[in-house]
Amino acid sequence: MATASLHPGYTGPVRDRVENFNGAQLVYVHWEEHLNFCSAITLPLPPQTPFAALTGEILPSLYAVDPEWAEVDLSKARWMLDGADWTPDPARSLADQGVGHKSLIRFWTGPSATA
Amino acid sequence: MTPRKMSLKQKYGAYTRGLDWKPTYQREDDVFPFAKYEGIKIHDWDAWEDPFKLTMDAYWKFQAEKERKLYAVIDSMAQNNGQLGITDARYLNAVKLFIQGVTPLEYQAHRHFAHLARHLPGAGLRVAAQMQSIDELRHCQTQIHTISHYNKYFDGIHDFTHMHDRLWYLSVPKSFFDDATSAGPFEFLTSISFAFEYVLTNLLFVPFMSGAAYNGDMATVTFGFSAQSDESRHMTLGLEAVRFLLEQDEANVPIVQGWIDKWFWRGYRLLSLVGMMMDYMLPKKVMSWGEAWETYYEQAGGALFADLARYGIREPKYADVAKAEKGHMTHQAWGIFYNYTHAAAMHTWDIDEAHMAWLREKYPDTFAQHYEPRYRKWREQAEEGKRFYNNGLPQLCQVCQIPMAFTEVGDPNTISFRVSEHGGDRFHTCSDGCKDIFDHEPEKYAQAWLPVHQIFQGACGGATLPEVLDWYHINQGADNMDYAGSPEEEQWNRWMEGRRPVVPVAAE
Ligand SMILES: [Fe+2]
Ligand SMILES: [Fe+2]
Ligand SMILES: [Zn+2]
Repeated sequence: MATASLHPGYTGPVRDRVENFNGAQLVYVHWEEHLNFCSAITLPLPPQTPFAALTGEILPSLYAVDPEWAEVDLSKARWMLDGADWTPDPARSLADQGVGHKSLIRFWTGPSATA
Repeated sequence: MTPRKMSLKQKYGAYTRGLDWKPTYQREDDVFPFAKYEGIKIHDWDAWEDPFKLTMDAYWKFQAEKERKLYAVIDSMAQNNGQLGITDARYLNAVKLFIQGVTPLEYQAHRHFAHLARHLPGAGLRVAAQMQSIDELRHCQTQIHTISHYNKYFDGIHDFTHMHDRLWYLSVPKSFFDDATSAGPFEFLTSISFAFEYVLTNLLFVPFMSGAAYNGDMATVTFGFSAQSDESRHMTLGLEAVRFLLEQDEANVPIVQGWIDKWFWRGYRLLSLVGMMMDYMLPKKVMSWGEAWETYYEQAGGALFADLARYGIREPKYADVAKAEKGHMTHQAWGIFYNYTHAAAMHTWDIDEAHMAWLREKYPDTFAQHYEPRYRKWREQAEEGKRFYNNGLPQLCQVCQIPMAFTEVGDPNTISFRVSEHGGDRFHTCSDGCKDIFDHEPEKYAQAWLPVHQIFQGACGGATLPEVLDWYHINQGADNMDYAGSPEEEQWNRWMEGRRPVVPVAAE
C-alpha cells in the first residue's frame, strides 16, 4: 500500500541506507534465552569483519557482564541468520557468508544449542 | 438602543456557523487542500452536531477560574516546601517521565489542533479544534509551571524539550505524535482524539494523576484537575468525530477501521512506558497495569466497540495480543530501563522485597516465574559491585521505536522479531501490530529517525557514550544511573533526617 498523500507518488529519504554508516553496515546480534540483555544489540561492523572477530572479541565485549558467559562455548552454538539456520565459517567474513546491512544474527548456547 | 440579549444557543450559532461563509473567488478545494486526499467522504458538514456548545466568553471565564485555583496551589507549594510532602524521591521519576515525554506532546497537540482549526471544512469542527488547541497550550504551560518547582530540587527535568527531541526512549512518544501530525486531518482526529483521548486516555492521565495523589504530589493532582474538564471535551470530540465520519459515508468505514487498528496499537505500545511507571516507579501503588488494562480497556473498550458495531466497526486488531501480554509488558519495559539507566535522564533501582511481593500478587501467572529470578540475579551482581549494564545499544522497532524487548505471545523467553523488505532494505519491527503499520506505509516509516542508528551515523555528538550524553544534555552522574548513590537520594535522606520523629509516635 502506498501512503495516502496530497501529491501522488510520495516517497521520502530512507534514513538508514548503508551508505550513511561510514563504511560499516549494521548487524543485530541476540543471545537467545538471556533476556537480562533486554533486546538484540545493534553493531556497526565493516562487512569484511571475519566471523572469528565477532565470536572472539565482539560478542565477549558485550556479553561477558553475564557470569554465565564464562561457560559458553561458541564453537558449539546454534546460529540463525535472518530467520534461517546458519553454519558460519569462522575464517570467512560476515559479508562473504550472507550477513548484509541490518541482518539479524541469533544464537543459542548451552543445552538449547543442540535442541 | 441596548442590544437584544442572545440565548447561549443563539450565541453559539452566531459564533460558529454565523461566522462561516462560502468562498466565491477561490475554489473550496483550494481553501481546504487537506480535506479530501485521505479518501474520507463528507456530504454534509452541517450534520456535525456540536457536543458542547461552548462560546468563547464562557470558555475564558471557566478557564480563568481554574487557573486561579491552580496557581494558588503552585504558590503555596513553593512557599511550603511542597517537595517534602511526596512519599519518596523515587516518585519524582514518574514526574520526569511526564514532563520529558508527555508535556511536549501537549504542545504538539496545541499546534496541530490549530492546524485543524484552519483546515477542516466544517465550521463546527473548526471551532471545537480551536478550543482544543487553546486547551492544549494551557496544559503544556500549566504542566511546565507546576513541575518547575521540582526542577529546583530534582535532576532530569532541566532540559526536557531538548531531551524530548533527542533521547532514545523519548523518541517513542515523539515519533508517535509526529506520525499523527504528519497524517491527514481525519487520521489525526481518529488517532489523537479518538484512539488516544477517548479509548486510551484513562490509561494515560488517570495513572499519572492518581499516582500523584497517592504519592503526595498535590501540584500535579491540581493540574490534573484543571485539565480534566478539558479532557472530557476532548474525549467527546474524539467519539463524535469518529461517529460523524462513519455516518457520512459507508466508504469511510474501512478507512476509519484501518486507523483504529493502527492507532490502537501505536497507543498501546506507547503506554508501555506508562504501565512501567505504574508498576515500578510509584512508591505507593495505585493499581497494576494489568488491572488498569482490564478495567479501562477490556471492559470500557469492549462496551465501546460493541456500540460501534452498528457502523460496521470491530474491535481493534491485536487487542487480543495486548490482553495476552498484559502480565509481561511492564516488566520487559522496566528491564530496558534497568539495562540502560546510564543513558537515561531517570533513575532505576533494585526491586526490594515488598515490591517483589506486590508484583507477585498482581501478576501471579508471570512475575515469580519469569522476572523475579532476573531481578534477583541483577541484585546479586550489584551487591558484588558489578551492577549489570548493557554495553551495547539496543535494536529498535522501526515503528514504535521501543527497544525490541517484547516477547512472542505465549513464549516469554523468545523475543518477537518481525522483518519487512522495502526498496532492497530490511526493516525490523517488534510485533505483528508494528509490522502491519510499516507494511501499510513503508515510505513513511523508512524515514524514521531511530536514535541508535543516528548514533552510529555519527549524528549525535560523537562516538563515545559521554559525548552522546552531553549531546542529550544529560547531566552525567546526576540525571542518569541508579537512584542508589545518586545526588537525589543523598538529598532526600538529608531532608528526611531532620523530619523523622526520633521517638515513634504513639499509636492512635
Ligand atoms: Fe492536553
Ligand atoms: Fe487533550
Ligand atoms: Zn514496535
